[in-house]
Amino acid sequence: MTPVLLLQVMALGLLTGLVYALVAAGLSLIFGLMDVVNFAHGQFLMLAMYAAFAVHAASGVGVALELPLVVLLLFVLGVATYRGLIARALGVATNRGMVQIFVTFGLGIFLTGAAQFVFGGDFRSIGDGMLANRSLILHGLHLPLAQVAAAVVCLLAFAALALISRTEFGRALAATREDREAVALIGIDRNRIFALGWGLGCAAVGVAGVMLVQFYYVSPNVGADFALIAYVTVALGGFGSLLGALVAGILIGEVEALTALLLEPSLKQVGMFAIYLAVLMLRPRGLFGRL
Amino acid sequence: MLRLEGVSAAYRGLPALRGISLEVPAGAIVAVVGANGAGKSTLLKAIAGLLPVSGRIALDETRLDRMAAWRVARHGVALVPEGRRLFPRLPVEDNLRLGAYARRGQPDRFAPLSLVFDLFPRLQERLAQRAETLSGGEQQMLAIGRALMTQPRLLMLDEPSQGLMPRLVDDILAAVVRIRAGGVTVLLVEQRLAEALSIADHAHVLQTGRVVMSGPAAAIAADSAVRRAYLGL
Repeated sequence: MTPVLLLQVMALGLLTGLVYALVAAGLSLIFGLMDVVNFAHGQFLMLAMYAAFAVHAASGVGVALELPLVVLLLFVLGVATYRGLIARALGVATNRGMVQIFVTFGLGIFLTGAAQFVFGGDFRSIGDGMLANRSLILHGLHLPLAQVAAAVVCLLAFAALALISRTEFGRALAATREDREAVALIGIDRNRIFALGWGLGCAAVGVAGVMLVQFYYVSPNVGADFALIAYVTVALGGFGSLLGALVAGILIGEVEALTALLLEPSLKQVGMFAIYLAVLMLRPRGLFGRL
Repeated sequence: MLRLEGVSAAYRGLPALRGISLEVPAGAIVAVVGANGAGKSTLLKAIAGLLPVSGRIALDETRLDRMAAWRVARHGVALVPEGRRLFPRLPVEDNLRLGAYARRGQPDRFAPLSLVFDLFPRLQERLAQRAETLSGGEQQMLAIGRALMTQPRLLMLDEPSQGLMPRLVDDILAAVVRIRAGGVTVLLVEQRLAEALSIADHAHVLQTGRVVMSGPAAAIAADSAVRRAYLGL
């Protein structure tokens, strides 16, 4: 193994890790806000990928059009999911925890089936996009342009989330996270905050999905793999922590890339799940968690 | 200003308020006193919209019953709840500013800050500290400050003296008098009978969810039969 190969693998791990990080950030935001794990998170990612694919096929304009359209769509979908399903699931009298789990789990199964019905089971990708099949050569490192773009956009999305957390709305989000009943005493409608939180979390996944489909194949089942990685990332970073999601996403990306290099590619997930087990045993609240 | 007619409510499945009727005149300090479990806290929660009630609750011409709690707050009714319910991991400054959240976009929405700092100078020294690191007295000050930031017309206080040393209780009650002087009507629930009645204009005595006596605070304070019969003193 040469140093250049090691650097090459680590650079790709970093690029992939930033996408993982943003997917995890969306999951973490919703969980941190209201203690609900969205088990349809991966399917939302899949939906964003298909939506970008469809926009691309219909317009051919490219990522500049796909991003705003799909992110808006996912935001609306997030709000609708909260208003239509989650708010009701929170309102049930008995077995609330179970209802919360199965309502999003069921939504995920439904979305997978719907995608299968509409798009079929084939793998699809944006093979002819403006980012496809081009590379950036940097000091001998070979970086696919689509992955560089994905990493940059995901970082920008993190910056946007960090900025939002400093606004008055961000403060209201934090307050609702602290005490969802007490916010009513200062005139904050927690249902509105929850709905916007779902919108934001899903919009983050929308960004990741659009950028991912520029270089990765989409199929009805693609969400499951990424969702699994997102749960590991959120557990490592700490539930509800934006910084934790960023750091953990990069770590997971690196661990996955290095495991594939040092063991063999088919075992690339062994490393990250070993980390997951270690986190559960040694530091269950994660690196930056406050639970 | 605030009028309750035949208000009943249950708390955790048990009837806690049984047909309460009372009035809080504008500009007054009204105390609600009674033994533990008489329904005092439930009464404030019912007015704040935190419990389903039957009967009628009106703030001037506006019906508050059946209104969501966050809407009641936006109509100018602020509750400083039992246990304070601050946002513990947020800094003092954010706790205060959040009080003005409903007035986003209004240029003068942080104006009450000067009143809050005037009443409780210690909060100004602790702006960057997390609320959970404050002492009990400071937390009570912050809870009242956060409520004032909503610019309420009616301020409801649930046992503000709870867990505080006597000197701090006097400070808090002195602040309540100054808040009323600024034009805010006050509805005060207290276990400490003498202190509450000393600053109140009117008082209502609650027993097992009913108003059993109402009158000028001084008269109730002087009535030894009331003290024995209803307050367990």
